[in-house]
Amino acid sequence: MSLQKSAFHGSGSDHTADQPIKPARHPWRWVAIAFVALLAVMFVHTLMTNPRFEWPIVAKYFTSGTILLGVRRTLELTAIAMLSGVGLGVLLAVMRLSPNPVLSSASWLFVWFFRGSPLLVQLLLWYNLSALFPDISLGIPFIGPDFVKIDANVLITPYLAALLGLGLNEAAYSAEIIRAGIISIDHGQTEAAQSIGMSRGRLLRRVVLPQAMRVIIPPLGNDTINMLKMSALVSIIAVPELLFAAQTIYSRTFETIPLLLVAVIWYLIVVSVLSVIQYYIERHYARGSSRSLPLTPLQGLRKLLGFGPRGRPALPDEKRSAA
Amino acid sequence: MTVQAEDPAPGIMMQAAGVRKSFGTLEVLKGIDLVVRQGEVMCLLGQSGSGKSTFLRCINHLERIDYGRIRVDGELIGYKERGGYLREMHEQEIARQRVHIGMVFQHFNLFPHMTALQNVIEGPIGVKRENRDEVVERAHGILKRVGLSEKVNAYPRQLSGGQQQRVAIARALAMRPKLILFDEPTSALDPELVSDVLDVMRDLAESGMTMIVVTHEVGFAREVADRVVFMADGEIVEQGKPADVIGNPSHPQTRAFLSKVLV
Ligand SMILES: Nc1ncnc2c1ncn2[C@@H]1O[C@H](COP(=O)(O)OP(=O)(O)O)[C@@H](O)[C@H]1O
Ligand SMILES: [Mg+2]
Repeated sequence: MSLQKSAFHGSGSDHTADQPIKPARHPWRWVAIAFVALLAVMFVHTLMTNPRFEWPIVAKYFTSGTILLGVRRTLELTAIAMLSGVGLGVLLAVMRLSPNPVLSSASWLFVWFFRGSPLLVQLLLWYNLSALFPDISLGIPFIGPDFVKIDANVLITPYLAALLGLGLNEAAYSAEIIRAGIISIDHGQTEAAQSIGMSRGRLLRRVVLPQAMRVIIPPLGNDTINMLKMSALVSIIAVPELLFAAQTIYSRTFETIPLLLVAVIWYLIVVSVLSVIQYYIERHYARGSSRSLPLTPLQGLRKLLGFGPRGRPALPDEKRSAA
Repeated sequence: MTVQAEDPAPGIMMQAAGVRKSFGTLEVLKGIDLVVRQGEVMCLLGQSGSGKSTFLRCINHLERIDYGRIRVDGELIGYKERGGYLREMHEQEIARQRVHIGMVFQHFNLFPHMTALQNVIEGPIGVKRENRDEVVERAHGILKRVGLSEKVNAYPRQLSGGQQQRVAIARALAMRPKLILFDEPTSALDPELVSDVLDVMRDLAESGMTMIVVTHEVGFAREVADRVVFMADGEIVEQGKPADVIGNPSHPQTRAFLSKVLV
């Protein structure tokens, strides 16, 4: 090594030691930013100058009653399908991991069917259930009298068909996500919980699932966004959700593009809100974890541009001593 | 726990009789007979793979046994006596028995999403359904006793290994167990952190807690244990006062083991 003697004086002190330290330069970042900015300006320019976007019409329908009702329906469908789907998904995941072979194969079969066939086909099947089972009754199987007997056409409304289709589909997908989360937790956690006398149910609720959430939430967030968009499929069975609402209007007025834009903008708004919610849920379940939390979009932008707090101060969680 | 009619003798906290256990074709426990009295500290020594952990885990039924009986405070663990055979208990009944048997693991196994205090109060509040305020107060006392009053609100990953293990001991203690099982509680620790944990265990031993300790800390065994038991290949080959077993081992396996750990 060619350490220059002159830099080090006899005592070992370095006379350059008090010079300022500056961060590395990133000239190419600025070139890239300029390029992307140019594209963005071009894009916005087209949006504003091409009259066929018909922004006044977009604005007119954006908050119309039909559209807002459609947004509400879409949110409702997404929320109910996700909640019931994930609830059933937990049950399916636990069944799948159960030592009882009947339970685990039943779960496997469920997932196989609902994940393996197209959602659109499932929706049509639910919608047309009355063709398969004209009457739906509740009673003792094979022998007994029916306590309740309902015409399937009455029971299975388009809305219920949509919920069944979306919810059961989500159950199949989330079952796998939740199972992956559960098996990612160290078996020592289970043993520690058992050693203080926890029951299986409590162990799952208090110890395994809260930890598994860290693995489960990102793909479930993905699923929620997917669900929001897939809910547009139920327009095929005449459920008046957002896309169907837009279609009803443009089938009358022939203002197809502006109304599709209305729908797209609403979907984007809702997805953005969902992403923010997901971000905070992730932070919540990161309690006690050593991995650093995801950056907020603002923090991310700052970091990219090289501004702002250099070397984010370590969160208390990251300051771990030897373990 | 109710003391059953066949209670072997008063003052006996744990009794294993003819305990045998295989994993597949590998017989890991070949008939263990052992008695631990109330308030006794028993150290279990032996080569790695001799079946110490397996035996310890049988005592709170984390492992099933193939033959034999294990009783804690007179109650048969994990099984029910039927005419001529044993039937394994249901999950809930086993859970109820485990409440009285504390366990401290080599790798601590603290719940990482809970603070030290939450780890300690989880069992008494969630499992034993005790009054929250009382439990919290008691937990503060226990954490103070193990030297962690500063760390009640720290998450496990913010603690050193030695501190984590002391929280784990506090978690076991908070259940007010009749017996605590320690499986190599200091083996995963940096050398300079070992003594903090051993000090806490010594304090527990002096307070009269019944303890079964699997350890390689021969110094601790010699000083604190009432009795040392030496296991080899799934059998107990020697037991007695620490001074005798450690100071003057009679079995060649014991001698070989001690010559390795006492270098
Ligand atoms: N779950 C298991 N499945 C199969 N073999 C096991 C299992 N647990 C322990 N063993 C085997 O049993 C033997 C005794 O293990 P263990 O009780 O952990 O010994 P020790 O604690 O004395 O080191 C070892 O040979 C080990 O490989
Ligand atoms: Mg072991």
